[in-house]
Amino acid sequence: MTHHDQSLVTAPLLSVENLQAWYGKSHILHGVTLTVGQGEIVSLLGRNGAGRSTLLKSIMGAVTTKGAVRLSGRDLAGQRPHKIAHAGIGYVPESRDIFPDLTVRENLILGQKPGGAGLWSMEDIFDLFPVLRTRADTRAGVLSGGEQQMLTICRTLIGDPDLIMIDEPTEGLAPKMVAAVGQLLERIAARGVSILLVEQKLVIALDISHRLYVMGHGEIVFEGTPQALLDAPEVRAEWLEV
Amino acid sequence: MGIEVVTFSVVNSILYGMLLFLLASGLTLIFSMMGVLNFAHASFFMVGAYFGFEISRRVGFFPALVLAPVAVGLLGALVERFGLRRVHKFGHLGELLFTFGLAFVIEEAVQMIWGRSPQDFQVPAALNFTAFTLFGTGYPAFRLFMLVVAVAVFAALALLLARTRIGLIVKASLTHPEMVSMLGHDVPLVFMSVFGVGSALAGLAGVIAGPVLVTQPSMAAALGPILFVIVVVGGLGSLAGAFVASLLIGFIQTFAVAINLKVADVFGLIGVTQPPAAFGALLSDIWNVSVAQVGPVIPYLLLVAMLMFRPMGLFGKRA
Repeated sequence: MTHHDQSLVTAPLLSVENLQAWYGKSHILHGVTLTVGQGEIVSLLGRNGAGRSTLLKSIMGAVTTKGAVRLSGRDLAGQRPHKIAHAGIGYVPESRDIFPDLTVRENLILGQKPGGAGLWSMEDIFDLFPVLRTRADTRAGVLSGGEQQMLTICRTLIGDPDLIMIDEPTEGLAPKMVAAVGQLLERIAARGVSILLVEQKLVIALDISHRLYVMGHGEIVFEGTPQALLDAPEVRAEWLEV
Repeated sequence: MGIEVVTFSVVNSILYGMLLFLLASGLTLIFSMMGVLNFAHASFFMVGAYFGFEISRRVGFFPALVLAPVAVGLLGALVERFGLRRVHKFGHLGELLFTFGLAFVIEEAVQMIWGRSPQDFQVPAALNFTAFTLFGTGYPAFRLFMLVVAVAVFAALALLLARTRIGLIVKASLTHPEMVSMLGHDVPLVFMSVFGVGSALAGLAGVIAGPVLVTQPSMAAALGPILFVIVVVGGLGSLAGAFVASLLIGFIQTFAVAINLKVADVFGLIGVTQPPAAFGALLSDIWNVSVAQVGPVIPYLLLVAMLMFRPMGLFGKRA
């Protein structure tokens, strides 16, 4: 089977083509093309300022863009964020943005889409993270950093996205929590939800990703499997190592 | 001051405070969302009074009580959708100037349509009786009705915000609008709705206050500054703060009028009965100033003191 045939058989869930993005007059993304398949964990690597977070925000419709963003073939470019969320893309920002004055349960309710439960019910979420059940009626603002990170991922998950984009979920977490986040991501993918991950910790990304992209100066500079990246020390030296 | 004056002043303070809260609640919600004080908020109050007057004349007061706020709410939603939202990209200063200008436009429009003189907006006959008599003085039923309406709206608003999904969306949008929209909620629609509901509450306050206060073009300008005092003293963006500050201002303004105490009386307590002659006429003028005379200034003194010593307000989280 040739590479071309394979892409026909498993059409990607998300396909981004030649995406350009601007913050005001600064040109941040210079034509990014990538795909994420069904149930696939794909990581975006690169140094700070490479444009990874901007790429996620651009896909989410929060930045002015040019180019195509397709989810299951449907073009989403130029749509407003809430429409893109309804189309099936979930986004967990680096800033986490929990609603600190609302309870854990209220935070989760805000993640739910009208029209009943889908793949993830409130109970599923609580089973995934029992600590969220015990703290369901606690103000989210008093949770620990790790618990807040779990809450923000779960809040997006409960809205039943086909693809969840997560920006730096392990940032500032204790090693034990880092491992827990990694396990959570694998469990999410095991249910058929695709993950596009921005991750600074190379070990985690290599461990859980099916495929990786490396970004530099607003472009994709490498694409391949974790093994391919391990076999390419020159890529790591030029684009990842400090 | 007799017990009867105190009793009636307390009731009037609560009534005035709740009326102010009908306005301040909408203003503070709008402020929390947009980060901009809506200078035209009191204008919606005035438009509510005029709409209420016109609708009352034709179909009666009680239909007006519902229809006028709805009409004002729609007007507010249109102002947000086609005015503020377009100005938004020019920043807060642009939005501030827009609402400032809008207040003048509304006042001029009201004068063009209804003229400068007060309208004959009367208390509806069904409520024009004495509710109760205390210490030989009657209390008008309409004032009691105003109190009931204000408290009912306050309770409904509190329930809506605390117990419903819509309330959660509004509360979360106040602090994290971007995140809320990325969870799939149409935040611009939420903003427009809150602006509309806030305007409708101001309109409702106008309908129930119209027959008691005077329905005239200057009524917006008379009330506007007091609203800002409430929102700042309560803490920008805090509903609980707006509630406490509304009652506080209600009490201050009502009791200031009722207290007939002069500067001279205060000094009289420590045995000084004449102003020191050395300061001449200047001091003798101050000597005869009564609390009732400085009453209108007290809220602004409170505002200045609050900004100096606690700029985040009573319940606010940011300065």
